[in-house]
Amino acid sequence: MAEVLQQLVNGISLGSIYALIALGYTMVYGVLKLINFAHGDVYMVGAFAGFFAATAFGWGFLPALCFAMLVAALFGLVIERVAYRPLRNAPRIAALITAIGVSLLLENLGILILRPDPRAFPELIRLETYQVGPLIVNNRQLVIIATSVVLMMLLQFIVTRTRMGKAMRAVAEDTEASRLMGINVDRVIAFTFVLGSALAAAAGVLVGIYYTRIDPLMGFMPGLKAFVAAVLGGIGLIPGAMLGGLAIGVAEVLVVAFISSSWKDAVAFAILIMILLLKPTGILGKTAEEKA
Amino acid sequence: MLELQDLHVYYGGIHALKGISLVVEPAEIVTLIGANGAGKSTTLRAISGLVRARSGKILWDGKPIHGLRADDIVARGIVHVPEGRRIFATMTVRENLDLGAYLRRDRRGIEADREMVYHLFPRLKERERQLAGTLSGGEQQMLAIGRGLMAKPRLLLLDEPSMGLAPLLVAEIFRVIQEINKAGTTILLVEQNANQALRIGHRAYVLQSGELVMAGAAQEVAANPEVRRAYLGG
Repeated sequence: MAEVLQQLVNGISLGSIYALIALGYTMVYGVLKLINFAHGDVYMVGAFAGFFAATAFGWGFLPALCFAMLVAALFGLVIERVAYRPLRNAPRIAALITAIGVSLLLENLGILILRPDPRAFPELIRLETYQVGPLIVNNRQLVIIATSVVLMMLLQFIVTRTRMGKAMRAVAEDTEASRLMGINVDRVIAFTFVLGSALAAAAGVLVGIYYTRIDPLMGFMPGLKAFVAAVLGGIGLIPGAMLGGLAIGVAEVLVVAFISSSWKDAVAFAILIMILLLKPTGILGKTAEEKA
Repeated sequence: MLELQDLHVYYGGIHALKGISLVVEPAEIVTLIGANGAGKSTTLRAISGLVRARSGKILWDGKPIHGLRADDIVARGIVHVPEGRRIFATMTVRENLDLGAYLRRDRRGIEADREMVYHLFPRLKERERQLAGTLSGGEQQMLAIGRGLMAKPRLLLLDEPSMGLAPLLVAEIFRVIQEINKAGTTILLVEQNANQALRIGHRAYVLQSGELVMAGAAQEVAANPEVRRAYLGG
């Protein structure tokens, strides 16, 4: 039992990271109905931005985190402007293929510019472990969970309370009706990319702290898993992404602990297949209504 | 105030509007009637910037607006209440109204207009905190019109406000449209319910297969034998 609880703690830390990435997928899907497959690579960019902030500038955790979020936000903004906006009225498949193209571009630029070999992420938070009853918790896990919670609360505030957040929800629900409200839809979409990319960057820095290794292809697998998380929770739904991320993180950790570590990556995709068979709209998704 | 000059709109290969020219003067209710697919909604969509005209002009206070984005057109005082209501179902009534006032910054004015909308539609006030998707069809239509009013339009484009409503509600909606007009908002009304629309309209245009076939005072149009046969059921 204690072992299960212990793995649950580990799973929640990993899951918060997936949740942060999944939020970007789901928000962009909400406003644009596009699966932004380059999103995992923006997370990689964020991790490297954090890495350089810590190594080149010698910054601590918080400044490095903010810097990474800023750099990734800028990337998101440029990617949207250059790659997706020109395709606004093109068939959806064109934008999807472009997203895969942007992903490959970022990965290969990463290999070219940042070198392909993994780097040791600087020790921004000195490891301390605590014994809580039968559980062993380390301060890095606590920082990951706390950072995620704060960022998600901030996001929740932006989405429900601010003018831009309300516009985001409006565009996600009915883009054309939003235009009739006077909402500049392009600006809302750009803002959504900024927000999603910044969250992915935060996840990148947190992963650097947790696993202490980063490389230019690190975004591929977590990107896919976070996508699964978004689908699991209900694509387009912000609480769904949070829930889905946690679920995938916990499932992965439990499978590694109790079955086999070779199943580590497979579990997410097994979940994807199951959710698509059983409830394609996701845990929180309602069955889509026919539009008249 | 608003003038359409020889407007042509295509949807892919379909020639939806074949040279529409019409005028809306300040303080009027102008009704646009016609059968399904005649181009009524397309006319409104072209005015509000949702579709681009291939040729022709749309003049607002004498200035061309046919190249502007939809949000710029809202900013100029033309507000389109679309067919099928298109309210934001997952948001509350209050949030819907606030979105209607998206471009406005005058808190006081917004509040006053919200009270005005609640006065026109007391039901909306009762349901202020309810999700818009849980409203009845009639209430959703009230919300759609109220949301349009929150932008403080000079010209309100109404697309089929009576669609799918019970007769009693239809009468209520048309009464409110007249009230809005009397308070100073010009209205361009598209309706399949030609009877009611011609009763409250000052002037009317009849649209058929993308072309205007008749124009005149609403009463005259209503008295025309052909219109009576085609749109008024005898």
